[in-house]
Amino acid sequence: MGMKSDLKLIKNGKRLDGRKPDELRPITIKAGVLDNANGSAYLEWGGNKVIAGVYGPRECLPRHRSSPYKAYLTYRYNMAPFSVDDRKRPGPDRRSTEISKISAEALERVIEVEKFPNTMINVFVEVLQADAGTRCAALTAAAVAAADAGLPMRDLIVSCAAGKIDDTVVLDLGKKEDNFGQADVPIAILPHSEEIVLLQMDGDLTKEEFKEAIDMSVKAAKQIYELQKKALTERFKKGGGKE
Amino acid sequence: MTVEDISWEIKTDYTRHLAKKKMREDKRKPFEYRKIELENGYIPNALGSTRVRLGKTEVIAGVSLVMGTPYPDKLNAGTLMTSVELTPIASPMFESGPPRPNAVEYARVVDRGIRESGTLDFEKLCVTEGEEVWMVILDLHVLDYNGNLFDAFALAAISALLNTKMPKYEDGKVIREETKGKLSVQKKPVECTFFKIGDMLMLDPSLGEDKALDARLTVATVGDRICAMQKGGNGSFTMKEIDELVDMSFKKSKELTKLL
Repeated sequence: MGMKSDLKLIKNGKRLDGRKPDELRPITIKAGVLDNANGSAYLEWGGNKVIAGVYGPRECLPRHRSSPYKAYLTYRYNMAPFSVDDRKRPGPDRRSTEISKISAEALERVIEVEKFPNTMINVFVEVLQADAGTRCAALTAAAVAAADAGLPMRDLIVSCAAGKIDDTVVLDLGKKEDNFGQADVPIAILPHSEEIVLLQMDGDLTKEEFKEAIDMSVKAAKQIYELQKKALTERFKKGGGKE
Repeated sequence: MTVEDISWEIKTDYTRHLAKKKMREDKRKPFEYRKIELENGYIPNALGSTRVRLGKTEVIAGVSLVMGTPYPDKLNAGTLMTSVELTPIASPMFESGPPRPNAVEYARVVDRGIRESGTLDFEKLCVTEGEEVWMVILDLHVLDYNGNLFDAFALAAISALLNTKMPKYEDGKVIREETKGKLSVQKKPVECTFFKIGDMLMLDPSLGEDKALDARLTVATVGDRICAMQKGGNGSFTMKEIDELVDMSFKKSKELTKLL
């Protein structure tokens, strides 16, 4: 946020890429794309390309992290060095550490971790190409991968962002909109109960604008949920997924 | 599981049991802060510093100003760096070593509150475009951890920035002994941290509540605007609850701003 620019982000009611304010970028999801992982999903969202893999429940290492009540759930959000314009130094940085932490907390709400005491479940998401909104793409893919792994779940998770550009609340910020916009509100919800399991915000919003942003994301989440369901049904049809 | 984990579990049961009856261990009302004390200029060696006591939680913020080079994408702007150290002296739960995810989260949420509210005019911190800019470094230390570090850190941070002296800069040298005026601070953002146990919504978690909570929401506001938010914990909020908490944060932030 916050970079000042004279760039007009909305012209004649259309955004830079021709979208309407409440329009998502195109999304495609495919479940079961990796051979080794217990569950996996590949997701394209605008220019984003992310792949999620789930391992477990498996033996908990390090042992002291194990709990007699629930599985130890880890989430690793990782950006590939080639995923952004300037090479990203490999390995975790502060940003990805924070994203990983809050995404793990969100997933723990849906995966029935209490069914697998003394074990661990590891969720890995690799951002192969980044184009704004990667944390949302990653979590949306991770939920599909967890379902593909056959883990018992209370619901899926759908994550989506809304924000503000040129004083207008819009859905699913693109790269330029993210860099030069005024606010960004990534959220994750459970499509059935509409519970909010992840919420961040930065920028400048009034209460009314914030509410508008949330409402927009919740509406979009329903659309994305249909795509997640479709990916999972395709996967378990004959000939679906990786052989 | 260690003995400590087990004793926490018992305490957590108790905290949750109280919350069910709409009660808190320290007899506070749901949306009541503990006693807050600010002490500015606590570290005379730092250009700006504040010690904050929030109940029995104690933190110190220190501000340094260093001359550095700007980021390639913002050649005419100074920079802000926020770091949190959860020193082992403050709690048996903290260990020395590189920052853990929770320390990173504290630092980034406090940083966002200050950065996104436009508290610092980064262009004013530029000395020579593309070459020399002021780097504002905000170091947050915890001395005693008894819950709700978000609000304590955020309050210490903004208060320390408000009291930061600008060192003199001459012929490529920073002269710390001579200061000229104060760091220009445009706004006073504050953060309010709410949490949920069962269906009960409350403000300012104590240590036991920090351990027992299902979900947590930090809202950073400045005046009637929201500038940053962060949800944590493995529970969830309904949209109605978030609405209620945002309203409440505008109310409670006034109490905090008064202290600055």
